[in-house]
Amino acid sequence: MTRVLTTRRIVFWSAVAVAFAVLPFIFSQSFALSMLSQMGIAIIFALSYNMLLGQTGLLSFGHAVYFGLGAFFCAHALNFIGAGKFWFPVTLVPLIGGLAGLVFGLLLGFVTTRRAGTPFAMISLGIAEMVAASALMFTTFFGGEGGIATNRAVGKAFLGLSYGPQIQVYYLIAGWCLVTMIAMFALTRTPLGRMANAVRDNPERAKFVGYNPTRVRWLMMALASFFAGIGGGLAAINYEIVTAETLGLVASGNVVLMAFIGGIGHFWGPIIGAVLVTLLQSALSNYTQAWLLYFGLFFLVIIMFSPGGIANLIALHKPVWNAGLVKRLAPSYAIGAVAGLFMLAGFFALIEMIYHFEAKETSSKAFSYFGLMLDPMLARYWIGTAIVFGIGVALVYGVRKVVARAWENLTVELQQKGAV
Amino acid sequence: MTVPALQLNDVRKSFGRTSIINGVNLSVNPGERHAIIGPNGAGKSTLFNLISGRFGVTSGRIDLHGENITGLEPEIINRKGLARSFQITNIFPRMSVYENVRCAVLWSQGYKYSFWHRIDALEAVRERTSEVVNRIGMTRRRDRMAGVLTYAEQRALEIGVTIAGGANVILLDEPTAGMSRSETARFVELIREVTVGKTLLTVEHDMGVVFGLADKIAVVVYGEVIAFDRPEAVRANQRVQEAYLGSRVADAQMGHS
Repeated sequence: MTRVLTTRRIVFWSAVAVAFAVLPFIFSQSFALSMLSQMGIAIIFALSYNMLLGQTGLLSFGHAVYFGLGAFFCAHALNFIGAGKFWFPVTLVPLIGGLAGLVFGLLLGFVTTRRAGTPFAMISLGIAEMVAASALMFTTFFGGEGGIATNRAVGKAFLGLSYGPQIQVYYLIAGWCLVTMIAMFALTRTPLGRMANAVRDNPERAKFVGYNPTRVRWLMMALASFFAGIGGGLAAINYEIVTAETLGLVASGNVVLMAFIGGIGHFWGPIIGAVLVTLLQSALSNYTQAWLLYFGLFFLVIIMFSPGGIANLIALHKPVWNAGLVKRLAPSYAIGAVAGLFMLAGFFALIEMIYHFEAKETSSKAFSYFGLMLDPMLARYWIGTAIVFGIGVALVYGVRKVVARAWENLTVELQQKGAV
Repeated sequence: MTVPALQLNDVRKSFGRTSIINGVNLSVNPGERHAIIGPNGAGKSTLFNLISGRFGVTSGRIDLHGENITGLEPEIINRKGLARSFQITNIFPRMSVYENVRCAVLWSQGYKYSFWHRIDALEAVRERTSEVVNRIGMTRRRDRMAGVLTYAEQRALEIGVTIAGGANVILLDEPTAGMSRSETARFVELIREVTVGKTLLTVEHDMGVVFGLADKIAVVVYGEVIAFDRPEAVRANQRVQEAYLGSRVADAQMGHS
């Protein structure tokens, strides 16, 4: 049984590797390439975070500390290599970030993991604040406000890899992403990985089967920090600058959002979250200034209607898919999508109207909304958008029941088939 | 002279000013099955919590196979070969039956905090886990999530998790609490089977279970052992009858009426 699974996994990971290799050919624009690079880094960071939150039950508000420290150490390492002070292949520089993460994870984790639950969350927040404050105080290492600039194209090109062009950096990130993904997945299938789940669910029982919950948390914290540090190292190489923001509270908060949006209950959840959040943050900000508001609302909607994140939504549909009953859901979902789009169109229009009404332009406040000119200075546009939004809300309210009924019918059917 | 598997020497425990355990002395020889009985609030569960390291003692000394274990952490005591179950089911609800048992097997097989072994490939762990799952009669339920099992199944799993590490001193805290008569009878049989050759200490309310299972009975009242003897002798003990068994219910349970 184990053997078969292993073969299946080799096939699976090979497929992921191929996908990583092919992606830059599909999305070849330079902006797409840098976004893919960002996603790779975010995936490593989010997965490492979920080792704490999803697997060990530790809600950390300071995970960017280890990511950021890894980034700083790598920036300095690159500068040392550039100055000819020591030789080290750039390809392996992220490992230095990983080691930095590991050391600080062991050090700071020794303090934070004494407690679990809310105290742990608060201590992690305190440590994050402390490190962020130190970053601005110790300017030799952290570079103060300006941060530490570096140059990734240092040392001798190895096998033609100079890491000058972004495409080479992308493949470096993709390679590390694949390796760390496999490593983090494999870790869930080890004694420590399983006991982390045990400690998350019932730390007391874990004690009475011979495990020290504090030790389990500490080790998981150290390993999570190791992977975060690798991500940070890649960020240093990718951006060629590391500032105090890299290890700040905003960055720490961001990874919490990624994990929750993707879903902390599944290994794959944070990957979805990392991809989606990166996409939203860089794409949405190109189109609207109100993107942070939309992003916040998106997070709220996910947490309220699918606390398990997107991964959980997908997992819910798996038995339906296996039973070949997806077509049963399709009509109600299609109606739901139309209603939802209607409501969102109205909602976004309203928000944008407010935004442009507040804007400083003196000549005209009219703006293009999906090719439609809207003018917040004229009442009829306000009435129009309000009506669209109102109808949308009514539609969604009505359709909700249709979708719910479709689900109920399906659940009954699945139970009869014995699939649930 | 054999070294007792478990020895309590003038063990005391107070919470604040309230004294719960007032100097308990108890000696259990290897391979014996002991039951601890006593009215509600007598301190039976507290005694278990002290022995297993859940609470620290206020004074006194506890020895496991002649080694002082007073004040050690629960996980250290567990590694020295003492395992316990809980009165209120205490398992890993979001894990399968198999995984629950496996968690309890891991340390005893020497894998500790390893993050370099692939858990599914550990032959010895797999064998031991399957064996324990089989012994508690849950092979067909092995992939079920523990949290959705029936109450009786959860109680059986609780026993499985307790014995899986191969501890030779087993503490069972009201293993049959809340079970029906027929379930209880089956369960006593199960406990007897899985604790063969081990030292067993059990807290129990059901007199049928006590007399069916125990070689010796310790009666705890107000944090003191007032009698410690063979079942027949305990039944005949005047003090026990006055302090605890005097009630009509207990009489009925013991077949005196």
